[in-house]
Amino acid sequence: MSEAAPSAAAIKEFTRPPSLLGKSVTGRYITVAFMVLLLVLPLVAWFTGNTFYLDFSTRIICLSFAAVSLNLILGFGGMISFGHAAFIGIGAYMVGIPAYHGYESGWLHFPLAMGVSALFALVTGAVCLRTKGVYFIMITMAFAQMAYYLFLSLEEYGGDDGLTIYNRSVLNIIDIENKVVLFLLAYAALATGIYAVYRIVNSRFGMVVRGCQSNEARMKALGYNTYAYRLTAYVIAGAMCGLAGALLGNFQSFISPDMMGWTRSGELMFMVILGGTGTLFGPVLGAVAFLVIEEILSAFTTYWALPFGILLILSVLFIKGGLSGLIHRGLKHG
Amino acid sequence: MFKKTGLAALGLALMATSALAADIKIGYVTTLTTPAAVIGNDMKDAVDLAMEHLGGQMGGKSVEIIFEDDGFKPETGKQKTDKLVQQDNVPIVAGYIWSNVLLASMKTVFDEGRFLISSNAGPSQVAGNLCNQNFFSTSWQNDQTPMAMGEVLKQQGVKSLYLMGPNYAAGKDMLAGVERTFKGEIKGKDLTKWPDQLDFSAELAKAKASGAEAIFVFYPGKAGGAFIQQYQQAGLKGSMDLYSVFTVDAISLPKLQAAKLEGVLGSRMTQEWDPTLDNDANKKFVSSFREKYKRYPSFYAAQAYDTINLINSAVTAVGGDMSNTDGLRVAFKAADYGSVRGNYTVGNNGMPIQNFYLREVVTDADGNWTTKVVKTVFESHQDPYAAECPLK
Amino acid sequence: MSTLFLIQFLNGLQLGVLLFLLAAGLTLVFGIMDFVNLAHGSLYMIGAFFCATLTFWTGSFLLAVPLALVATAIVGLVVETGVIRHLYQRDHLDHVLATFGFILIADTSVQLIWGPEGIAIPLPEALQGQVQILPGVIFPAYRLVIIAAGLLVAFGLYWLIGRTRLGMLIRAGASNRTMVSALGIDIKTLFTAVFALGAVLAGLAGMLIAPITEATIGMGNDIIITAFVVIIVGGIGSMKGAFIAAMLIGLIDTLGRSFLDDMLKVFIPVNAAETAGPAISSMLIYIIMAAVLALHPQGLFPPKVR
Repeated sequence: MSEAAPSAAAIKEFTRPPSLLGKSVTGRYITVAFMVLLLVLPLVAWFTGNTFYLDFSTRIICLSFAAVSLNLILGFGGMISFGHAAFIGIGAYMVGIPAYHGYESGWLHFPLAMGVSALFALVTGAVCLRTKGVYFIMITMAFAQMAYYLFLSLEEYGGDDGLTIYNRSVLNIIDIENKVVLFLLAYAALATGIYAVYRIVNSRFGMVVRGCQSNEARMKALGYNTYAYRLTAYVIAGAMCGLAGALLGNFQSFISPDMMGWTRSGELMFMVILGGTGTLFGPVLGAVAFLVIEEILSAFTTYWALPFGILLILSVLFIKGGLSGLIHRGLKHG
Repeated sequence: MFKKTGLAALGLALMATSALAADIKIGYVTTLTTPAAVIGNDMKDAVDLAMEHLGGQMGGKSVEIIFEDDGFKPETGKQKTDKLVQQDNVPIVAGYIWSNVLLASMKTVFDEGRFLISSNAGPSQVAGNLCNQNFFSTSWQNDQTPMAMGEVLKQQGVKSLYLMGPNYAAGKDMLAGVERTFKGEIKGKDLTKWPDQLDFSAELAKAKASGAEAIFVFYPGKAGGAFIQQYQQAGLKGSMDLYSVFTVDAISLPKLQAAKLEGVLGSRMTQEWDPTLDNDANKKFVSSFREKYKRYPSFYAAQAYDTINLINSAVTAVGGDMSNTDGLRVAFKAADYGSVRGNYTVGNNGMPIQNFYLREVVTDADGNWTTKVVKTVFESHQDPYAAECPLK
Repeated sequence: MSTLFLIQFLNGLQLGVLLFLLAAGLTLVFGIMDFVNLAHGSLYMIGAFFCATLTFWTGSFLLAVPLALVATAIVGLVVETGVIRHLYQRDHLDHVLATFGFILIADTSVQLIWGPEGIAIPLPEALQGQVQILPGVIFPAYRLVIIAAGLLVAFGLYWLIGRTRLGMLIRAGASNRTMVSALGIDIKTLFTAVFALGAVLAGLAGMLIAPITEATIGMGNDIIITAFVVIIVGGIGSMKGAFIAAMLIGLIDTLGRSFLDDMLKVFIPVNAAETAGPAISSMLIYIIMAAVLALHPQGLFPPKVR
């Protein structure tokens, strides 16, 4: 995992790419233990009859995957997208719409989800990446809102009311109607996603994208077509998130335009930042923390949003570099 | 070691809500946050009152009601329903204000063979081709109430009508319902964004320009009060009569009275229930509700109160043996309990076959704004989708 | 048709004015402190609730508004000094998150304090009625008041920014922040004042609309996104841009809502048009925003020096 200090982070990351499991030995143990727990605990819950926690974990995994994909552009590329939930929605609808028409093959759904999300990312990214800073934040939000209203108007597919998926995607080698199988599939997708991000950010392509974050002008001067590099990264992230959406749609068996509302995009951003931007496992840590805290608070009080909001502000004020940073510093001092 | 204790504490925290011991647990999904919480709270109060009247027991067994908040969102409603079914393992999930939340949530309940008792939502799909043997309602199918209103309009000789409602499942059903029975001219129709849009300036101007004789609206919850206010400000009272369903209720009336919006007095709506209905169950319900909560119950509360009593009748019929699903189903279908709306029967799709009344907003003896029954519009009315339901 | 168009034009103008009040505060805070305040909509809501309570206490809406403005300003001051001030040096991500947290706190607190049902605000008799503007053109009096109040405030802001010392500092701050602090201006106080001014403007917008829509929880969360669209289209930090964009968006949204479905009915089946109409008109403002940014990545009126 990367250094915590935000100012130094950009330069350091450019010169020292993130390693898969982190530099320090203890850090590696923690990362491995965390990922193993994420796999084992839900299965233990299932074996002991607490099916709900397996389901809850599947949702966490799907959203972690989405957060990992957002982190690729936000954390490593400096592209603050406030519209990333659009890809979740598109991915989910690419399961729901074919299923509604009787096409139930997962070999159709998943490539379609990734393909359409990639296409949406390509078209919108081409426009969005012309802008910078806050304008970029807001234009990505605008495109997501457009997608939201588009699906809202699709009366045939439920419009505002959403669409129930009566049968999950059919994959002839595994049966994802089985909750455990679906959980394992999502987990495998997440692990693959993290590994893919690791390979991407350490490739020459990834170096250029990360270089654009710290100093785009220099990368331009070095002769790179930074626009094309950033757009490519944007499209890859979109496709990954589309897959996360297809998994989430399958898991929930219910999809609605709400999945791509701006508050959802905000939550994804928050997961990434809470966990630590520009770290490989940070977004997963953030997603787990976000959803578990929400679940615990809402179990205790209907007004969970109040303590949750306070925690949010406190975490922004006092936890620099996210939870990863916190753990990292803890290791240094401890 | 520390980590283990931490995890154990986390586990305990998660289990805490389901640790309370009761013989029978029943899930109740409603809206407890967002402005729509005002409806959910009214229903929760009625459920609590019903449980109080039952002494916390059904069929000799202690009963716990687990309330969950749908946050006014189908997705959240579904998650909470999943939790009730899987984690709390409830045999019955009840509640549901919103049609879209019900549609999103019902698959889990039916897949696991549990019962779903709707206290309010009645989307056409559930009454028709998606009907299920484990679905029962203590409210109505969405089309029925506006159909009664269309009938009233027809009887009153209204020739042209403008329609307005929110763009979601129930909104479309409601407008479709009034069109089923109203035979005059529809001058125009607007579906507004739900639930965000509260300013209807553009739509009201269109309605006014259309020259329709009357306007029919469906705006439940916070949108209702906003609509009434703008209807009055736009100067439509007198030129375009207001007919509504589920828009003016015991929840909005005190608020409208506080703001002195007298335009709402005399406005008419249709409903299957009214606080003035003359039967013993209703008298007991209305008087004890008013005594306990110092306000009139809304129709949402009445339906929620009925839901608990219907469940009680079924649980009592099987002697508290919740594994006897066939016995429960027969009892739900018989609906043999003292409903606050008077007696009704249950159709093949689980929807009530019941009377619908025309109500009018009046001032009661103490000066509070409330409603009274004007006349009976339909007797033993069955919803139009029952024929599409393959169940017998 | 032309009568209806005129009425809808006025309705659009009224929405535009409201959006301007919100956008003005946003663009000030954004332009000067470089701070993204998602919670600006919460101040709009809080203003509306203060006004509702004060209307019942004082018995008069007209008396309640100035009092509620003061109360909203105090909330703005407290929030700025308590939390926001510590975030100016952070990046936009932290701003978005912290203010998102503030939205959650504000919405839940309002539910705990005022209950979930919202409050209808009674208007003075004189404002309840309608006014005949032209023969056949009858318009709600209160909506005219909103338009007038909004234009008055717009003029006031024009004067404040163009003609006063505070305005000079604001203009200077928007184009070069470091220079202003280098000149020995107490930048902390300036920022606090600007934030409070923004809060007052947002609160005023909330108070003006509350007698129409009631004061309700979350009322600011939907309109704030539209207000962001306004300042982005207008160019961040530009008051003129905010004004023009607000009017543009207000008109487009209202006219879209009123005429789009009839226009669509010419091309597609009536039923489809009835659902597609509202959806496309909601999408319209985002389409315009994307189009503007595609052509002018800094909005229509970007501040000159940055």
